[in-house]
Amino acid sequence: MKKEKTSLLRNGAVQSLLAALLCILLGLVIGYVALLLINPAGASEAILTIIKNFMTYSKSTAQLKYLGSTLVKTAPLLMCSLSILFAYKAGLFNIGAAGQYAVGAGASLYCALALGLPWYVCMLAAIAAGALTGAISGLLKAYCNVNEVISCIMLNWISLYLVNMLLSLVKEEASPYTMTLASTNPSAIIPGLGLGALFSQNQYVTLAVPLSVIVAIAIWVILEKTKLGYELKATGCNKFAARYCGMKEKKNLILTMAISGGLAAMGAALFYLTGFEQWQCTQSSVPAMGFNGIAAAFLGGLNPLGSVLSSYFIQHITNGGAYVDKTMYSSQISDFISALIIYLCGFVLFFKFTLNRYLDRRDEKRKKAEQTAQEGGNAE
Amino acid sequence: MILLLQYTLIFASVLMLVALGGCFSEHSGVINIGLEGIMVMGALGGALMMKFMPAGMPAFGIILLVVLASIALGMLYSLLLAVAAVNFKADQTLVGTAMNLLGTAAATVFVKAMNTAESVDNVSSIIQYIEPKKAFLVNIGSFEFNWFMLLALIALVASYVVLYKTRFGLRLCACGEHPQAADSVGINVYKMRYAGVLISGLLGGLGGIVYITAGVSEWKFENGVAGFGFLALAVMIFGQWKPTRIALAALLFGFFRALGNVYTGFDFLKAMELPSSVYNMLPYIISLVVLAFTSKKSRAPKAEGIPYDKGQR
Repeated sequence: MKKEKTSLLRNGAVQSLLAALLCILLGLVIGYVALLLINPAGASEAILTIIKNFMTYSKSTAQLKYLGSTLVKTAPLLMCSLSILFAYKAGLFNIGAAGQYAVGAGASLYCALALGLPWYVCMLAAIAAGALTGAISGLLKAYCNVNEVISCIMLNWISLYLVNMLLSLVKEEASPYTMTLASTNPSAIIPGLGLGALFSQNQYVTLAVPLSVIVAIAIWVILEKTKLGYELKATGCNKFAARYCGMKEKKNLILTMAISGGLAAMGAALFYLTGFEQWQCTQSSVPAMGFNGIAAAFLGGLNPLGSVLSSYFIQHITNGGAYVDKTMYSSQISDFISALIIYLCGFVLFFKFTLNRYLDRRDEKRKKAEQTAQEGGNAE
Repeated sequence: MILLLQYTLIFASVLMLVALGGCFSEHSGVINIGLEGIMVMGALGGALMMKFMPAGMPAFGIILLVVLASIALGMLYSLLLAVAAVNFKADQTLVGTAMNLLGTAAATVFVKAMNTAESVDNVSSIIQYIEPKKAFLVNIGSFEFNWFMLLALIALVASYVVLYKTRFGLRLCACGEHPQAADSVGINVYKMRYAGVLISGLLGGLGGIVYITAGVSEWKFENGVAGFGFLALAVMIFGQWKPTRIALAALLFGFFRALGNVYTGFDFLKAMELPSSVYNMLPYIISLVVLAFTSKKSRAPKAEGIPYDKGQR
């Protein structure tokens, strides 16, 4: 007897990929419709600009350079999406990635600018600060039964104002921005290792980009191949069962949030320590990176390796939004599209369910057809 | 002092309206994290109505139209959550988060497009409503009474009556506690959950317009509503999902929020020379501390956040 052939569509990874592509497609179509409604004249051009991003430049050197810039911003986004994904696997919704990201930026920049420490120390400081912020939510959830979503949101705002206060100490006299790393403490800039040369001398492309991918792989290994990952996932599935099995569910919960917070904060360090952007000390809204991370995590099918691709995609269209014709549209159109994509990701479960039911029915029909064919053969 | 009272009352009204909205949604069994986005949409509806309404309308007409516009847009937007959570059994936290992002992004894109269409140089996301806003205010001495305060009070009384004294309210609560049991006695759980979410859209949208008219005469939609929807959720939890307690919690939170606006008017607070960020943080810190102490014996509806599945027992 030959082994039953399973349809390619049954494969979980294929289903996730299909679902993600469907979300992207629908998101772009609805975004296009919105553009059409605003101003039909330039809609097609605008949506193409968003999709093309750096390809709008005609010279290949410029294209490479801006590909590099997109990658620089993809690294923190990837870290944020890993942070959300890691917590989600353990049954927690870490909406606080934005605040942890802010804390990471605050800690790393303060260490770099005020204390003059080298980049790896700054990064470790950021991770520690982010882990602490995450652990607060974890502690509150474990011992006071505070829903992590609410506590994370509150911490987001608290962290933002705290970081604004802290970084005001190291800001430029005349502007609301922090001092540049290059002028104050060049040792805090993450080493480029010659990677910049690959992208038409884009000095912001540094070790940060490959480092974030390595972390993604590490997270995959932790979640899939270690006892720790198994325990965290088990606690997420059913904390009572986990406790019954002798796992320390409270410790696991706090640890999950701490790791998750550390990841988001490390993302901030990977970004701000390249010197690509300075922190604006009068910022009045929580960094969008943390929220876009949610989009990237779910679009990537909650798989660390999928996140690498989805983070790049989200950053690609976010950057692309900056190139649309400002006389007709605003750059927020790409925020709009990524928000739509997150919303559509809510339907992924339903999509998989429907697909599986369809496949079941098809298989059943086929079996029935085979059976009747066999019976027909016997009767002759 | 009167200014502090005035701001406390108006912010408490906002928090109360939105928290009551969340309360209805959660009693029906749907967690509504998307209140923030609903507020933005309600605010947008009201602001647009004020911008485009013909000048010289009577005050009552202005209030009625603005309130209707906010409610309509808030309810329409909340349908996004209802469809996803009730019909498609989606993760409610995820959908709610998406709605918050979508609300701000959509409002910004829309307002910017509108402003740019009016004059090419205007790329801001600001809507002004100086004139029509005056309709909401009545001066009683130096106290500026806002009609929305009365509206919030009416909403409170109505919510209490509806939730505890009507058949609809009790059925709604049943759907949030044990939907299977509710279904077994012939209550349509899907319909009830739709109703719960739509009421939260109504109250959330109303809260949105109250928030953006509190103290200011223009609104920059890029900023959304600055976490007020989440603050309202904290108020709801602190209020243990009960309307009367929600009202008290709203007053407390409203007071701390108001302090941030008017602290310069108090000599002893000014003398401390704390940076304004501290006052901005205050409501969030207070809510975190308060939640830490009150969440232990939570009276949350038992079935909230769990999609209703008829086949499950």
